[in-house]
Amino acid sequence: MEYFLELFLGGLTRGSIYALIALGYTMVYGIIELINFAHGEIYMIGAFTALIFASVFTLLGFNDLSILLLASLAAVTWASAYGYTIEKLAYKPLRKAPRLSALISAIGMSIFLQNYVLLAQTSDFLPFPRLIPHFSFMDPIVHVIGSAELVILITTAVVMIALTLLIKFTKLGKAMRATAQDRDMALLSGVNINKVISFTFIIGSFTAAVGGVLIASHIGMINFYIGFIAGIKAFTAAVLGGIGSVPGAVLGGMVLGWTESFATGYVSSDYEDVFAFSLLVLILIFRPEGILGRSTTQKV
Amino acid sequence: MLSFAEIRRSVLVSAWFMFLTFPVMVIRVNPIEEVVEWRWRNLIMVGAGSFLISFVWRYLIARKERGKKAAEAGRAGGPPLARRAAVHAGFHKPLMGALAVFVLIFPFLFSTYQVNIMATALIYVMLGLGLNIVIGLAGLLDLGYVAFYAVGAYAYALLNHHFGLGFWAVLPIGAVMGATFGILLGFPVLRLRGDYLAIVTLGFGEIIRLVLENWNDFSFGPSGIANIDRPGFFGVEMSLEAATNYVYYLLIGLVLMTIFFVNRLQNSRIGRAWIALREDEIACQAMGIDKTKTKLTAFALGATWAGMAGVVFAAKTTFINPASFTFLESAIILSIVVLGGMGSIPGVIVGALVLILLPEYLRAFSDYRMLLFGAILVIMMVFRPEGLIAGARRVYEFKGKKETSDTADGIHT
Amino acid sequence: MKAKLVRFGVFTLTALLALAMSAGVGAAEDIKLGVAGAHSGDLASYGIPSIRAAELVAKEMNARGGVLGRQITILTEDDVCKPEVATNTATKLVSGGVPVVLGHICSGATKAALGIYNASNVVVLSPSATNPALTQSGDYPNFFRTIASDDAQARLEVDFATDRLGLKKLAVIHDKGDYGKGLAEFAKKFIEESDKAEVVLYEGVTPGAVDYSAIVQKIRHSGAEGVIFGGYHPEASKIVMGMRRKRMGTVLISDDGVKDDTFIKVAKEYAEGVYATGPRDTSQNPLAIKAVKEHQETYGADPGAFYLNAYAGTMALLNAIEKAGSTDYEAVTKALRSEWVETPLGKISFDERGDAIGVGFSMYQVRNGVYIEVK
Repeated sequence: MEYFLELFLGGLTRGSIYALIALGYTMVYGIIELINFAHGEIYMIGAFTALIFASVFTLLGFNDLSILLLASLAAVTWASAYGYTIEKLAYKPLRKAPRLSALISAIGMSIFLQNYVLLAQTSDFLPFPRLIPHFSFMDPIVHVIGSAELVILITTAVVMIALTLLIKFTKLGKAMRATAQDRDMALLSGVNINKVISFTFIIGSFTAAVGGVLIASHIGMINFYIGFIAGIKAFTAAVLGGIGSVPGAVLGGMVLGWTESFATGYVSSDYEDVFAFSLLVLILIFRPEGILGRSTTQKV
Repeated sequence: MLSFAEIRRSVLVSAWFMFLTFPVMVIRVNPIEEVVEWRWRNLIMVGAGSFLISFVWRYLIARKERGKKAAEAGRAGGPPLARRAAVHAGFHKPLMGALAVFVLIFPFLFSTYQVNIMATALIYVMLGLGLNIVIGLAGLLDLGYVAFYAVGAYAYALLNHHFGLGFWAVLPIGAVMGATFGILLGFPVLRLRGDYLAIVTLGFGEIIRLVLENWNDFSFGPSGIANIDRPGFFGVEMSLEAATNYVYYLLIGLVLMTIFFVNRLQNSRIGRAWIALREDEIACQAMGIDKTKTKLTAFALGATWAGMAGVVFAAKTTFINPASFTFLESAIILSIVVLGGMGSIPGVIVGALVLILLPEYLRAFSDYRMLLFGAILVIMMVFRPEGLIAGARRVYEFKGKKETSDTADGIHT
Repeated sequence: MKAKLVRFGVFTLTALLALAMSAGVGAAEDIKLGVAGAHSGDLASYGIPSIRAAELVAKEMNARGGVLGRQITILTEDDVCKPEVATNTATKLVSGGVPVVLGHICSGATKAALGIYNASNVVVLSPSATNPALTQSGDYPNFFRTIASDDAQARLEVDFATDRLGLKKLAVIHDKGDYGKGLAEFAKKFIEESDKAEVVLYEGVTPGAVDYSAIVQKIRHSGAEGVIFGGYHPEASKIVMGMRRKRMGTVLISDDGVKDDTFIKVAKEYAEGVYATGPRDTSQNPLAIKAVKEHQETYGADPGAFYLNAYAGTMALLNAIEKAGSTDYEAVTKALRSEWVETPLGKISFDERGDAIGVGFSMYQVRNGVYIEVK
């Protein structure tokens, strides 16, 4: 039973990270129906920015807590700036083009950003400072769940709730929902579409950067390639939960995290990804719109 | 043109990019040695570069917009020069002849190395044309196409390893295996549309690769299969050079066959059904087209070419391992189709040659070639989303008398 | 359709003509030494030292009047460690007329290229390709290497775990890669054959996965006293950090992919006590000292990975050509197998299969932040 609990919590932690990245995919998709392949790279750039600023502040002799706060602040600032710029450069000119063109543009952007960081920084793995402090009150249960895991779970929950409130109750949230439902109609009702889309990218990049900082300080190392695999998994999570749906992305992330964790724990880690993708195929066969996705009736 | 407003905009863009790239470009930390390097020169270069590029960018965007408006107003200029030259009968035949001669004598003009990379490019032409059926014609976004390529390659490698089967025996088997897997994937995903289909095919591609990687008893795992036989020619022993040239001619033959088939398919009943399906699924069904059958044929036929290309790939490199069949490979094949021009056969051929040969000749800039590759994909899509050579839409015009599609081809585009 | 074909023709013709390149032709008298491997991309740090080693040896030999009175020229070709690129690289070198090649760096790329070299009677000597099948399968009579194969490493790891440390329950973990999984399979086989310990867990982890908490829990649950890991340092440090954070004292024994100072710098205090196999210590060998000094003088930096293996390999190849009296394939392979040569790795020759005699591995342990050889 303890083993089950350990795997459950491990899956939950991993799932939280997937969920944080999946939010960006799902919101962007909800608004402009684009698979933003470069989103995983935003997560990577967020983690790199945090590493760079953390190192600089360490050398300047700041204390641990202020390093954590300043580095995280820098990470979300720059990640959001990258998200905003990418949309303006690579996707905005393509809004009226065939959907596949925007997808290729996204793939190109993803390859570009990976190599940009590779060339401007390094291809080696870099040690990431352990920004999350160790809580001594966690000691008795450290073999089940560590401090870093706890911080990840709490942060994810907070981000999730804040985002739901934002979408449900603010004017901007209303505009986002309107744009997602019918872009032309929203435009006619006086919604500034460009602003809404930019904002969606900024929020998505923000959550991805939060995920990037958390996981990097948890596992303690990063390189330019971490965004790719995390991005594909998070995208899977978003589709699993029903792309376009915020609670769906969270649920999808968790389901994917648990699947991988239990597959490793009870079967074999050789096939953890096979289990993850097979689950995806199975769910989509029986619920083609994902677990929480709305089924859309196609109009002619 | 260089108004004050323009300059102010560019200054703002430049300032924004200097801010944006500041952490990654300027600061380089080495946490291992605990040193921080400040590269202020990079900041100046980014600033100056983005200042200049922003002018070009805006100019090109404006030009694209103008072109679009002109086209909408029906003031489209004449067809591009290349196309006009091609249509002109005087150019047509000699040009085709020259090309055919060049292709035939290519191995005698260039070194074995050149022939070898050209053969690699030709494999991608096959792959591109195959994927073009699925994406360009039927409009089904397949991100796991490389799985069928792997199926073909492993079919040949394993049959050759265990039973000593030759290339020519396995080529049709590889094609059939590819088609079978295409149908296997096709069935469960029939109900899915658009991006759901994309992620499921991506997952399928990954599953195939992971199985090849983990199931050692079957596929020899990540260490791969070596010493695969080259294609035979009536049992003649060949030197390396002869073998390379032979593979080259063999691929030329296969590519010609592919072009012939795809072209015929495109204009056939099933081809028109694919295009109808791509344009509007519901209208298509209303016209009495069997959606299931049409989609499955697209998957199966697309996968057939990938299977054959896989067999040739295994025979050409004589060594395969799962690392050759990653998602990036699928992305490159997809880029060939989209960059070249979806649904256009010459477009796909040019796309494959450009995307595969370019990195080979960019060896001098080897560090920057993937960076350039990514940038080129984005820039191409932004300024020419329809690809290098756009697929020509079939237009039926009433001209008072009946015209066959062949003679109309030059006029309606 | 015809129109389309012509359009295609225009494009291809211009493209092809633009691409036309002429093959370089060296002076007929020179002996050409091909150097192939990853010279760019993310694995470049493994390939570039071999070019430098070859150049330094050739420079010295040329200053002494060359080999057999002929000067040595170096042809370098990049394969970025990809099998499909390696065949192009090999073809290019063969077209360039090289009789001997130093390379390739990665095992997969080496395997793919060897068929081409074999067909053209080119001798290949790798400083770093450790896959056992390269020599043990007997498929590649033209292949030699100045590094011990993976099974030798696995043997050392297993013997050390069972005999020196007396561990009874071992988990064997790998990174699903060519190198790591091959090594892990040997380790598993040797443990099962020895009867001194049992394999309680045998699994692969996915490199780049978000975290390894599930596999760490599984190791804990399996009751393993030690983990033998086949793979590279990023995965090894994630595993060891995960284990130590869960307060597990499980011993980690790994390979020369982990015997890298980056591992210690990344895993920091968690690296302490980790065992890793690595090439035998050569710091006392006078030729090795000289080779390292030459590198520092020429490039102003310490040499990278496999530099000494490449240095020794170049010396062995040139020595064999000298002893054979020609660059003839039969004579050179015979000389490689029969002649002994003093190199930075010690006095070496090659056995029938192509493995170097006199080259091996030692066990190291991280103590106070550095790798110390365990005697």
